[in-house]
Amino acid sequence: MGLGIWGLKRSPWVYHVNVGACNNCDIEVLELLTPRYDVERLGMVLVGSPRHADALLVTGCCTRQAAPRLMEVYTQTPKPCIVFCIGSCACTGGIFRHCYHFARPVDEVIREIDPDAIIAYVPGCPPKPEAMIAGAAAALSTL
Amino acid sequence: MGAIGIFLAAAVGTLVIGMVASWVDRKVTARVQYRVGPPLFQPVYDIAKLLGKETLLPERAKGRGFLLAPVVGFAAAGVGAAIVWHANIRPAEGFVGDLIVLLYVLTIPAIAVIYGALASGSPHATFGASREMKLLMSYELPLVMAVLVPVVQVVKGGGGATFSIGQLVTFQQTSGWALFSLSGVIATAVALLCIQAKLTLVPFDLPEAETELMGGTHLEYSGPPLAMIKLTRFLLLAVSPVFLATLFVGGLGDAASGWSWLALAGKFVVFLVLVVLIRNTNPRLQVRKAVRFFWFGMAPLAAGALVLAWLGY
Repeated sequence: MGLGIWGLKRSPWVYHVNVGACNNCDIEVLELLTPRYDVERLGMVLVGSPRHADALLVTGCCTRQAAPRLMEVYTQTPKPCIVFCIGSCACTGGIFRHCYHFARPVDEVIREIDPDAIIAYVPGCPPKPEAMIAGAAAALSTL
Repeated sequence: MGAIGIFLAAAVGTLVIGMVASWVDRKVTARVQYRVGPPLFQPVYDIAKLLGKETLLPERAKGRGFLLAPVVGFAAAGVGAAIVWHANIRPAEGFVGDLIVLLYVLTIPAIAVIYGALASGSPHATFGASREMKLLMSYELPLVMAVLVPVVQVVKGGGGATFSIGQLVTFQQTSGWALFSLSGVIATAVALLCIQAKLTLVPFDLPEAETELMGGTHLEYSGPPLAMIKLTRFLLLAVSPVFLATLFVGGLGDAASGWSWLALAGKFVVFLVLVVLIRNTNPRLQVRKAVRFFWFGMAPLAAGALVLAWLGY
């Protein structure tokens, strides 16, 4: 295990990408920063630019408008980085999977530009903050 | 020990102090917000991680200047640390005018930040750079005037005209701290607020402005260059309180005695906690208001302190 990965497990900085969410998952993501869950004690910080990020928290059903932008954000994130699909919509398309505006699930969009991407799934509508922390721990332990 | 040895010892030692200081900053901030906060080694984890990540060059960036700027800023902060520590540990050996050199050297990190931001070709970073420039021009004048107050006190106290930090420290050992006078109190307060702006901490974090510029001046940096910027921050966070302690509350004094080191640590913690508390209890100022605060608030105050010091108060 390299020094970089050793550090990455202890300080994953996250960037929040909304690709068409109903805002429910976003509220739960912000809940992670509040005193009740306080993910900064695990080294996680919400950053404002994908260039600073180690993990992308993707929420929402990926719309046709958002798919190319999601790819752009992913290419601008320095590797190694982890993609978290937060919520049922990001994982599969959820109840919007037959809609006209739905492109593809987030993992397929990411795999199109990087087949080796590290992708973690946190299902739920919305997933509880505890589930997101458990997902992050599981994803970081596989590195 | 040669000049390079002194530089390396000062830079590495200050870096360790700076990492602890940055942890204190984050921990106190977390406690103020009723959170738990990060563990002690968090700055080490952050730097290790950033060093292991890839460096992305934006398409429109001017590569050489973009990557060189963080290194120049880091080197300048390291030289500043070396000057401050050398003047404290061996006050008799300083060179004439090291105070002026120090003021210049501590300006270079800000200029490097401006240069790197403008070279990155991002509109957000350009906005950040223009704000950093305005901030630099507004806080330098009151800072220099506040720093002149201890110099004038030495002149009035019969120590002769000097710009040597070592002589300022020795004078304060014999005739009391610069803080113990009306002019000293005003100058310390002004210098503390200028240092707050130099560290670009809230309420003067306009160049970064997480919520509007998403990191501003260092928006386009990733991986090792970003680690370099963080390391420069750690150095400045450690040097600035020592700089204030040296000028206004007597610095280290007797380097051979353990008690004076303990006293210096106490002074360091007091200045650091003041900076962190100001940061946590104020909202960000607009550019206009920050410039007005320094030019029409702090500068006349510092000038008044200079006049008071000249009159002997």
